[in-house]
Amino acid sequence: MKQELSLENLDQFREETRAWLEENCPPSQRQPTTPDQQYWGGRRSSFPSEDAKLWFERMRDHGWVVPEWPRAYGGGGHSDLEGKIIKQEMKRIKARAPILSIGIWMLGPALLEYGTEEQKQQHVRAIVNGDIWWCQGYSEPGSGSDLASVQMKAEDMGDHYLVNGSKIWTTKADKADWIFCLVRTDPSVKKQLGISFLLIDMETPGISVTPISLISGESEFCQTFFDNVKVPKNNLIGKLNTGWSIAKALLVHERKLMAEMGSETPRAAIAPNAAAREYLEFENGQIADPQLRGELVDYDMNMHAIGLTHFRTFEERQEKVHSAAAMVMKYVGTEAEKVKSELLLAIMGSQGLGWEGEGFSEEEIDTLRLWAMSKAMTIAGGTSEIQLNVIAKNVLGLPQS
Amino acid sequence: MALVLNEEQRLLQDTAKDFFTANAPVEALRTLRDKGDATGYSTELWKTMAELGWAGIILPEAYGGLDFGFMGLGLVLEESGRTLTASPMFSSVVVGASTILLGGSSRQKETLLPEITTGQLTLALALEESHHHRPTTIATRATAEGANYIINGRKTFVLDGHSADKLIVVARTSGEQSESEQGLTLFLVDARAPGISCQRTTMADSRNCANISFDNVIVSAEDAIGEIDAAWPVLEAVLDRARIAIAAEMMGCALEAFDRTVGYLKERVQFDVHIGSFQALQHRAAHMQSEIELCRSVILQALSTVDDSPEQLPLIASLAKAKLNELVKLISNEAVQMHGGIGVTDELEIGFFLKRARVTMQIYGDTGFHKNRYARLCGY
Repeated sequence: MKQELSLENLDQFREETRAWLEENCPPSQRQPTTPDQQYWGGRRSSFPSEDAKLWFERMRDHGWVVPEWPRAYGGGGHSDLEGKIIKQEMKRIKARAPILSIGIWMLGPALLEYGTEEQKQQHVRAIVNGDIWWCQGYSEPGSGSDLASVQMKAEDMGDHYLVNGSKIWTTKADKADWIFCLVRTDPSVKKQLGISFLLIDMETPGISVTPISLISGESEFCQTFFDNVKVPKNNLIGKLNTGWSIAKALLVHERKLMAEMGSETPRAAIAPNAAAREYLEFENGQIADPQLRGELVDYDMNMHAIGLTHFRTFEERQEKVHSAAAMVMKYVGTEAEKVKSELLLAIMGSQGLGWEGEGFSEEEIDTLRLWAMSKAMTIAGGTSEIQLNVIAKNVLGLPQS
Repeated sequence: MALVLNEEQRLLQDTAKDFFTANAPVEALRTLRDKGDATGYSTELWKTMAELGWAGIILPEAYGGLDFGFMGLGLVLEESGRTLTASPMFSSVVVGASTILLGGSSRQKETLLPEITTGQLTLALALEESHHHRPTTIATRATAEGANYIINGRKTFVLDGHSADKLIVVARTSGEQSESEQGLTLFLVDARAPGISCQRTTMADSRNCANISFDNVIVSAEDAIGEIDAAWPVLEAVLDRARIAIAAEMMGCALEAFDRTVGYLKERVQFDVHIGSFQALQHRAAHMQSEIELCRSVILQALSTVDDSPEQLPLIASLAKAKLNELVKLISNEAVQMHGGIGVTDELEIGFFLKRARVTMQIYGDTGFHKNRYARLCGY
């Protein structure tokens, strides 16, 4: 990280950022969109539009795909604070993320911390350049909340690992090029101590993928099967049987990401108070329905508090102050997302129940689909109940049951 | 940075914590209650607090104050909330001194503020007239008569009203309706002035309140604070400061009740295990911790808004008061429940937190009042 900048320099940095974005972000990339219409990178990928390509390439060449990562691996070498300014300025002009990437959100930080120099050179730059689309192989049909019970085996065969088993909830595995997996490398010890962190090329023979249909009508999650898959030994991240601590570090990133999703969603989702103006009756400047007015103000106040807490956790990281705030954000953030979706449905009434076709706007249908998807947010990345367990143990120090 | 304490502020917080723990623990409140203390707080303690500079913590140095801002004030109040310390700090300093500072003439500031700072003078705001906070519903009248005004009316829930030296009375000086922001005036009245009768009320929290009636009380026009008929902007600004300050005290009350409860979960054994190992209790405790974290951010932001951008006060003040109302209600109820049988005994101090929580929830706006105000400010 760079040295802490003075306030004047930060103002100057903001000015420069604003000017650069203004000049380089094509107007078409400042419109709301859905994740499916965005660039995800990868071997088989194509850009959704010429403008999307231009925008990504400009950001990549400028080092702003991941501003905070080291320059040596394709990042921008910026401080966290500068990175935040860039994000704020992008948000201000509603600029889309140049690429959506699980590699950036989740694997990259772990590689930078635990990878060898060779692994970083091979994988981190490929993530930044959008060359490789990554997916995550954590959960298994028999390992949901009890993640440490993973069964997928990786046997040491001398010059390679032989992998057998299956992974579930692998996000967009049908499109991904590589997968990072938790694998069982020692079945004889306490379950957390026999897990390793392995990278696997999805083109390796023996891998097959089946998408799973969800209540939202989408199928972005898959089940991925591994049948005698040979994996080179230098694809192991960290030491053998230390995968659990890497996984936990990575889960922190995932939970932080999910906690922030509400405020950074790339969807064209309407805010509940804007929806209220469109769908509800007003009397004397107030929403006429007292129940909905009450629910809306509860939601808005809670989001106000959550927004301030995101800001606080950021300041605390800057100042290296430890507090419990970051630990609770996945729980409060995803629970609030569910409340938001329920509230939108209630505000829209029957007009919010359209599944597809005529009679409903795209926004209305999207609201319903997001409502169904929101149910997954308090399950994925550790359920709300698991989050509460973690808070009880790690923040409050309550005895284990 | 606004949401993280600096070195000086952390030091102040530590000082306050040590001071209240040593000099005014919950036991001190119990003693005041049991002996039916006439003042309702320890004047010795208040003198010492004033010597530490806390009676002038938000006042400019020109008036002998510390000029620590609301952030500093909030830290001291939070610690006093942990010990449920009774003192005139809220009524006299937060509410009283703020009113003089925001609305008073330079003569009033020069004479009154230094006396508040030294702890010699205590003030109380006589505002409420019904059992709910309705700051613009004022029937108390002040009628001009020569160079004087004659005040008639009745005030209730006057915090520290029985012990304050002077009262700041909110009275209607014009307009026929009793409910309007227009036509209100603030008067500084000697608490012993002829025509004032004060009835101390014994509240659940063993702190100090009064019902006060004004029967042809004569006050000089010079003792109006700010302009005649135009008190509302000052009063609203004072109330928002007060809401944020009481919310800071409530934070301390919630934190202490929560800490004691989590401590109890770790030591109480039933069915041969610590009850804190039961997931049913763990999840409720973890949920409370989450709410505490959200409220912590709100309080810090609210306190720094007073210091840095007071024009944004109404929204954040209502957020802070509503959120803290909900927090102290949740935590004080859970604290009693999780303590089990001993939680409903007078011997255990947790009941003092429960009772204080309920009184603070009514001070300058209950949850409904502030949610309604927040919604209005958001345009719905």
